[in-house]
Amino acid sequence: MNYLLPVIQRIFYAVMLLVAVLILNFSMLHLAPGDIADTIAQASGGASPEMMAQIRQDYGLDQPFLVQLGQYIGKVLTFDLGYSFFYNQPVTTLIFEKLPATLLLVITAQLLALLLGVFLGVFSARNPKGIVSYLVTFIALFGYAAPVFWTGILLLIAFSLKIQLFPVAGMIDVTVEGGWFVRALDIARHMVLPVLTLSSIFLALYSRLCRASMMEVLGSDYIRTAKAKGLSERQITYKHALKNSLSPVVTLAGLQFSAVVSGAVLVETVFSWPGLGTLALQSIIARDTPTILGILFFSALVVIVGNLITDLVLRLIDPRVGKSS
Amino acid sequence: MTPLLQVDNLRIELTTRDGVAPVIDDLSLQLNAGETLSFVGESGCGKSMTALALMGLLPEGVGRVASGKILFDGEDLTQASDARLREIRGNEISMIFQEPMTSLNPVYTIGEQIAEVLRRHQNLSKKAAWNKAIELLDAVRIPNPSARVSDYPHQMSGGQRQLVMIAIALACEPKILIADEPTTALDVTVQAQIFDLLRDLGREFGTAIILITHDMGAVADMAERMIVMYAGRKAEAGPVEQVIEHPRHPYTKGLISCVPHLIATLTEERPELTEVAGIVPSLRDFGRDQCLFASRCDRADQQCKSSRPPEIEFDDGQSSACWHAEQL
Repeated sequence: MNYLLPVIQRIFYAVMLLVAVLILNFSMLHLAPGDIADTIAQASGGASPEMMAQIRQDYGLDQPFLVQLGQYIGKVLTFDLGYSFFYNQPVTTLIFEKLPATLLLVITAQLLALLLGVFLGVFSARNPKGIVSYLVTFIALFGYAAPVFWTGILLLIAFSLKIQLFPVAGMIDVTVEGGWFVRALDIARHMVLPVLTLSSIFLALYSRLCRASMMEVLGSDYIRTAKAKGLSERQITYKHALKNSLSPVVTLAGLQFSAVVSGAVLVETVFSWPGLGTLALQSIIARDTPTILGILFFSALVVIVGNLITDLVLRLIDPRVGKSS
Repeated sequence: MTPLLQVDNLRIELTTRDGVAPVIDDLSLQLNAGETLSFVGESGCGKSMTALALMGLLPEGVGRVASGKILFDGEDLTQASDARLREIRGNEISMIFQEPMTSLNPVYTIGEQIAEVLRRHQNLSKKAAWNKAIELLDAVRIPNPSARVSDYPHQMSGGQRQLVMIAIALACEPKILIADEPTTALDVTVQAQIFDLLRDLGREFGTAIILITHDMGAVADMAERMIVMYAGRKAEAGPVEQVIEHPRHPYTKGLISCVPHLIATLTEERPELTEVAGIVPSLRDFGRDQCLFASRCDRADQQCKSSRPPEIEFDDGQSSACWHAEQL
């Protein structure tokens, strides 16, 4: 009960935030000049004012702004994100087709960056003058400095072109036949480079932060207590120090979730990964408003859910979180 | 009878920016089973460093035992392996610290933190260790122990946290408990409670206590013998009552005259409250061949400033490192 109440509260806030995002997205796109009628007219090589009015009436664009907004929110709440005239498909179908590919990429990259970052951070905190420590500093500098698409292209040149280890683009080879295992293996092979690229920036961030927070924790009084208990080096590091130094890393990972999603747009474009990022880029070029709105909605959803999970994980790690207020 | 702990000519060096300095210089002491020995002195005189050295916990890369022996039950701890030291720590020699607010791990329950040391040294099962943790909380007089055992440190007051630290330290019924200023961070009412508890449990478990403090009142209440430290060197040592009644080192004299109630209860007169004028020499001067207290001492003469006084033993078990000890 003690644990559940704040959780329900957090979920309530998350839903309210999502509605706010919806209103903001819709209003901004409404303020921008041009609408579907203009685009259709342009695509069909011109239209009379009567026809334009007819189209606007068909799409409900002649209604007052607040009515349109209300209708849009009402539709979204029933998971109807509108219809994309560019792809000739309901936006929901379109997004659900692409979402798994993006989630697969984003979650794998995030997990890889977290696990490897924490491992490198802990290792280099224990041997601050060792070779791994310098390696972490190097990775961090490189990760900060190199634009993600450039890293991607370099990896492509190195490991797809010069050494032909991994495929150049796409998510799965159309010629691959076999059971789910063979297909999964093929997808994994396609994933290596995009995941490496996307996780490079975050790996840098997490390993640096984990190193710093681990070094701080290792100097604290309760670590001295743990030593005075006669515990082994490993117990001290992984039981007493790690759990304490994870909080800042998990917090940052939660904050970075939005950056991972936006980073996915660039990475998906470089590697022709058939996900939301590629879809977003194409629909922006095509001025496909319902699709853009839908993708914005889903990105917001992913980020909010990510933050919610972060919040819950933090509560599990540190019993003090959420208790003071 | 051989003493439980015997320290011979211990020298601890700290590496600082100005070079290597002896933070503890030529310290010898003996501790018998079950007795309470008190370490007294100003901040920076090396009390805590001695404690950490006894635990084998000198800050890595900064402090090291340069020479001397620490004999625990005849075993030289300065030569012991890390694994052997880990076996001794928390089991035969344990320690409580000055900072109860930060000495417990904030992300584990206090029950887990007590049970952990029992599982480590006594191979108790999870369940048995947990039950023993509740017993220990009861022993350190925390009310309602079976409920408090699953509390986190942030749910307890500073005094209660120090009680938990004592429970952890005494869990394996150690032969020696080192208490490094255990009440400095706590308020006065709690201080008395902690000292009472330490004395009672020390007797119950037959644990010898090394009490590090600058509270002369606590020394008088708790300890049988005391060692007065100054600038890394032993200034004076002896039975507590004797040293307080008849100090044979000007520094001890100064320390005692700083404590009003102590003098009032012992001699029933109230002299002016005094201070020991001047400041402690800096770490870099610790190695000098002179009396380090000379700059603050009104008896200091040429000899005090040119050579280090030897330790003069008196018949009654008192000893003093002062050129003028016999006249005092």
